[in-house]
Amino acid sequence: MKNIEYRTATSAQGGLIVMSGVPGVAAGTRVALRDHIGRLRNGLVIRVSDEAVLVEVFEGTEALDLERTWVRFLDEPFTLPLSRDIMGRIFNGAGQPRDGRPPIISRERRNINGEALNPAARAYPREFIQTGISAIDGMNSLTRGQKLPLFSGGGLPHNRVAAQIVRQAKLLGEEASDFVVVFAAFGVSSTDARFFQESFEESGVLNRVVMFLNLADEPVIERLLTPRAALTAAEYLAYDLDYHVLVVMTDMTAYAEALREVAVLRGDVPARKGYPGYLYSDLAEIYERAGRIRERRGSITMIPVLSMPSDDITHPIPDLTGYITEGQIVLSRELYNQGVYPPVAVLPSLSRLMKDGIGKNYTREDHPHLASQLFASYAKALEVRGLAAIIGAEELSEADRRFLEFADAFERRFIGQDEDEDRSIYETLNLAWDLLSMLPPEQLIRVTEEELARYHKWQPTVEVA
Amino acid sequence: MGKIVEINGPIVRLQLPQTVIGEQVRVGALGLVGEVIGRDGDTALAQMYENTEGLRPGEAAEGLGHALSVELGPGLLNAIFDGVQRPLSAVRAKSGDRIARGVEVAALPRDRRWAFRPEARHEPEARLEGGDVLGTVQETTSIEHRILVPPDVHGELLEIAPAGEYTVDETIARARLRDGSIRKLTLSHRWPVRTPRPFRRRDHAVKPLITGQRILDTFYPLLKGGKAAIPGPFGAGKTMLQQQIARWCNAEIVIYVGCGERGNELTDVLEFMPELKDPHTGRPLMERTLLVANTSNMPVVAREASIYVGITLAEYFRDQGYDVVMVADSTSRWAEALREVAGRLGQMPVEEGYPAYLGSRLASFYERAGRVETLSGGHGSVTLIGAVSPPGGDFSEPVTSHTKEIIQTFWALSKELADARHYPAVDWLESFSGYVPSAAKWWAENVDPQWEAARNEALELLSESEELARIVNLVGVEALSSEQRWTLEAAGLIKEGVLQQAATDAVDSFASPEKQYVLLDAMLQIRAQGMKLVKLGAPARRLLQLPLLAQARRWKSQYPSEEMAALKARIAEIPGIFERVALEYAERPAEV
Repeated sequence: MKNIEYRTATSAQGGLIVMSGVPGVAAGTRVALRDHIGRLRNGLVIRVSDEAVLVEVFEGTEALDLERTWVRFLDEPFTLPLSRDIMGRIFNGAGQPRDGRPPIISRERRNINGEALNPAARAYPREFIQTGISAIDGMNSLTRGQKLPLFSGGGLPHNRVAAQIVRQAKLLGEEASDFVVVFAAFGVSSTDARFFQESFEESGVLNRVVMFLNLADEPVIERLLTPRAALTAAEYLAYDLDYHVLVVMTDMTAYAEALREVAVLRGDVPARKGYPGYLYSDLAEIYERAGRIRERRGSITMIPVLSMPSDDITHPIPDLTGYITEGQIVLSRELYNQGVYPPVAVLPSLSRLMKDGIGKNYTREDHPHLASQLFASYAKALEVRGLAAIIGAEELSEADRRFLEFADAFERRFIGQDEDEDRSIYETLNLAWDLLSMLPPEQLIRVTEEELARYHKWQPTVEVA
Repeated sequence: MGKIVEINGPIVRLQLPQTVIGEQVRVGALGLVGEVIGRDGDTALAQMYENTEGLRPGEAAEGLGHALSVELGPGLLNAIFDGVQRPLSAVRAKSGDRIARGVEVAALPRDRRWAFRPEARHEPEARLEGGDVLGTVQETTSIEHRILVPPDVHGELLEIAPAGEYTVDETIARARLRDGSIRKLTLSHRWPVRTPRPFRRRDHAVKPLITGQRILDTFYPLLKGGKAAIPGPFGAGKTMLQQQIARWCNAEIVIYVGCGERGNELTDVLEFMPELKDPHTGRPLMERTLLVANTSNMPVVAREASIYVGITLAEYFRDQGYDVVMVADSTSRWAEALREVAGRLGQMPVEEGYPAYLGSRLASFYERAGRVETLSGGHGSVTLIGAVSPPGGDFSEPVTSHTKEIIQTFWALSKELADARHYPAVDWLESFSGYVPSAAKWWAENVDPQWEAARNEALELLSESEELARIVNLVGVEALSSEQRWTLEAAGLIKEGVLQQAATDAVDSFASPEKQYVLLDAMLQIRAQGMKLVKLGAPARRLLQLPLLAQARRWKSQYPSEEMAALKARIAEIPGIFERVALEYAERPAEV
């Protein structure tokens, strides 16, 4: 049936066409479509019975003349050809080259939907990755095999932060980063895509990057394939070729919106804000492909970027993402407007795998307590700042005034750093102790007395500048 | 034999006459398994436990003649199953790191021989009733597996095997049923997961489930056989809290159902649990633990089934006379699976797309918890703890609000507390427990008669401090009287010295009931002693300088549960400390 062309399309609407009188088509098979001017389009069978077959057309159904549309059912799921040659290449959302170079020829073809990883086969991520960014390394540490998204908003520098992580990420004790990068962009502007491309070029990693691009003006349905194609490449690099792969995906909001668009066309019952009830499962299929496997050398660490619609963290996309990923790095508009880069809002940020990747044998013994103390002190400091805004800083007690000064110093010196500043974890931890030394020891109950004696340099008489 | 008519995601329409709702079906060349959920004339609707990609209309379909059921017998403990009870380690051995479709693996190991010891009282020709104990197998060092007569067997015993080693398939007894037929009994039997296992009658739950977590045990207790929910937005520490309960609670069997949650969390449990010792028996925790894992990337229909698989396993151990805790993480994912299937069937959605039967399904699921008198006359219990993941942390959404009406203990997690890294982030104002009167009796008899009074005092103090904090936020702390400032400080002591508990700290992770009470009592003593001085005119400012206040906040992680004598000695020093302050003020006139 691979070679038979059917001309039995009975209806078309917003990217979907219905074919009738085609018996025995397999669910999920690929489709090749030829329109009246001979242009080829790709599609996927999403619902099938003997009477009718529902096909999703990636390039859309625009200008399709049903009587002059020829459809072939390729009798195979959507696959991606894979070989070592994918490195340094740029593909479109469906995995075809868009860099003008020849297609990848390989016998190795993988279904882009993958198969669920057996939980019993997973290895728990424990290796600390140093990103050189204090707010992440010190308080929301990333580990190898983790999925840690950047929650951002329009106009915030998430791309710059993501690029900085890609440039600087390394394991402790390693000289340079030995990561291979898989970069997937869907629904982003060509400016954003170019920013990453140039950033990879400048840092000289371009030949170790695989890019999958589906720009804002390109077919929406192809967006649903882009992350899957990218992750199939990542899995190949990680588990067949033993690389440590860093996957950066942007923007997950565009992905979810594409999913909603298609769901509405299919007539799926909407759950929240018009998104289909299976948004959670669908996102999980993508995010859960990060990780490590026992007795395999490679790993997939994932940094998805998503912009929160109207900065709302309770919106279904960041909300469901947060339930699947192992924490989140939240960027703050308020900090950014005050000129703090990277504007990481440390309190709502979280790394769930941090507890097992830091401390003795990983970073430094005092790290767990120190991080917990920083969170507690900064939370208290923000409370004091809120109070000062109401009653005025002059009315604060002396202890509270110290917290106020701590809050400012912490934001400027600890969270804030230059875009090319690569701090070692020790620099980060020492800086944290310097800042905590602005506060009296009796306010620091999350660290032990021994740690206080060793690292805390409390000088009660000295006014902090 | 029937055939496939239509494929729509996980829902498949079959031409399959004479099937019954709930029957298992096998379809297509891959042999994918699913469950019939609807009938219309000769066609049946089935939901598939596996991805349907590649299925074609016209491929074969057959009914398997039984409903989704689990295999119950030795070999369950220490295992990790998927949502339809396939052992994941065996699946890995067969199909590699990824779960291939259509893999068939038996739940229990077939070739392993178990040392069976028959019950002495079984004589041939004795009456045999469902739920009777035929004999025992020492499955792990800490757990004796009691081999039960299947609940539906009633008749007389013809023969029972002598002590010896048997596999789960070998006959260990033969019975003549009431209809005269002969039934062979083995070490294992099957039970359909959607049917609750029978028992003689329900008992009152009386004993608290001790989890070693102070905010839970002391403030919002749960009883063995009770029902609890843990709702919380993402990042509020739901998973951590459940893992703490699974690790430390004093149940005999713990069943952890990861329903639509993260793969790495289960890996964490799998890698971490074997290193941990049960604080009550000193044996490795894995020996009493059983995991059911259907992670979020695994097929959605099996996710719906996984909860029932878990509860049926729990009931089976209950029927052996054990106290079982089942943790379901998370019931929201289960509800979403329900919603997804309902949506594909075109059922009318009511709230947020959920079908109208959401509430009744939830209620009948939680109803399977309880302490019971078993068919053999023993006592066992199933305690059910369900996590809820409300979208956006909104507790008024359908799953949370329905659950709230069903359960008795509500451990509400708060994003604000979690953001300030106050863990466990259980909100003391939103949470509640309907079991306090029963728990109070136990604490009074086993720990201290003053328990309930101390608990109430602490809760009052916390709510009073909430009022004061509001005033402080408006006009600053200087506007408070000395008494009020001391009240605020005392509430701080309770929060940081008692409520906050570090799961990662070796000493603080678990607190015995005694330690829980001693710590609480200590903070209340400090409050009372200080308040006495403040009332005599000592300024709160002076008291706030006492090093005791920072020290007391550290006691929880300095004194393990076994060293209460040392902690009590520290506490005995408290009156002296305040007396010295009192003397300062006796020597010079009180400050104004």
